Amino acid sequence: MIVPFGHVLILAALLFLLGACCAVARRQLLMILIGVEIMLNAAALAFVAAALHWGRAEGQIFALFIIAVAAAEVAVGLALIVAARQRTGSTRADDFNRLRG
Amino acid sequence: MTIPSILFYLLAALVLGATALAVTRRRAVHAVLYLIVALVGMALLFLLLGAPMLAALQVILYAGAIMVLFLFVIITMPEQAPGFEKLFRRRWLLPLSLCLVVGLCLLPLVGSDPAASIGLTSARLAPRTFGIRLFRDYWYAVELVSLLLFVGLAGALYLGRTAKKAGPPTREESR
Repeated sequence: MIVPFGHVLILAALLFLLGACCAVARRQLLMILIGVEIMLNAAALAFVAAALHWGRAEGQIFALFIIAVAAAEVAVGLALIVAARQRTGSTRADDFNRLRG
Repeated sequence: MTIPSILFYLLAALVLGATALAVTRRRAVHAVLYLIVALVGMALLFLLLGAPMLAALQVILYAGAIMVLFLFVIITMPEQAPGFEKLFRRRWLLPLSLCLVVGLCLLPLVGSDPAASIGLTSARLAPRTFGIRLFRDYWYAVELVSLLLFVGLAGALYLGRTAKKAGPPTREESR
């Protein structure tokens, strides 16, 4: 026996909450993206623990897809941040409060 | 306490501490470096939970490729004055309290689940069986993910291309 299943779930939940706090409260676009990364990784941890708990491979396979989706999301997100920086000269979320059609 | 459980709690403390440090750093470089530590710790957790293939992919993809991409972007962008963003001012109160409420509701829910107290027995999914299951039963999902990665690549290329000629007001803005 390694640990109770609930302990892994609690660890994943705490990590997810930390990431959510980071994504909600920070003002820099990069830190918001980092918060989203932390949340995705916590979800992957919960999936791996569930795969071990029920003895099925599907949880690990889904965690692989989470990693792939995170890679695509980071590529687009970082490109957006660079484009926003070059257009407006700022990477703080507060400076993007105007909609222009 | 067996050796794997001691390892688990050590790694859990390391991952939580490194993530908390990463979340509260003022400079993005420091946050990314702490996050790399947290992600490598997470890879060791995957190894402990019987997923050696995912642990390797986590180190290669997450801690390697994605975080290096973050570092490149930070290096190429001149950093804005970091003094402006003061942590733990009043604006942190609302999100922090919301997260606390969610966490306090979640902990008893996890605790009351009868499945949660069952100990995980150590098992291991060999990379070979992992790959066979992945490509035999879930090949359509692999195709979808490859399509998604291609769309991400195309989107990143497009955004990088339009960002270069953004100096004077361009034609597409007046459109």
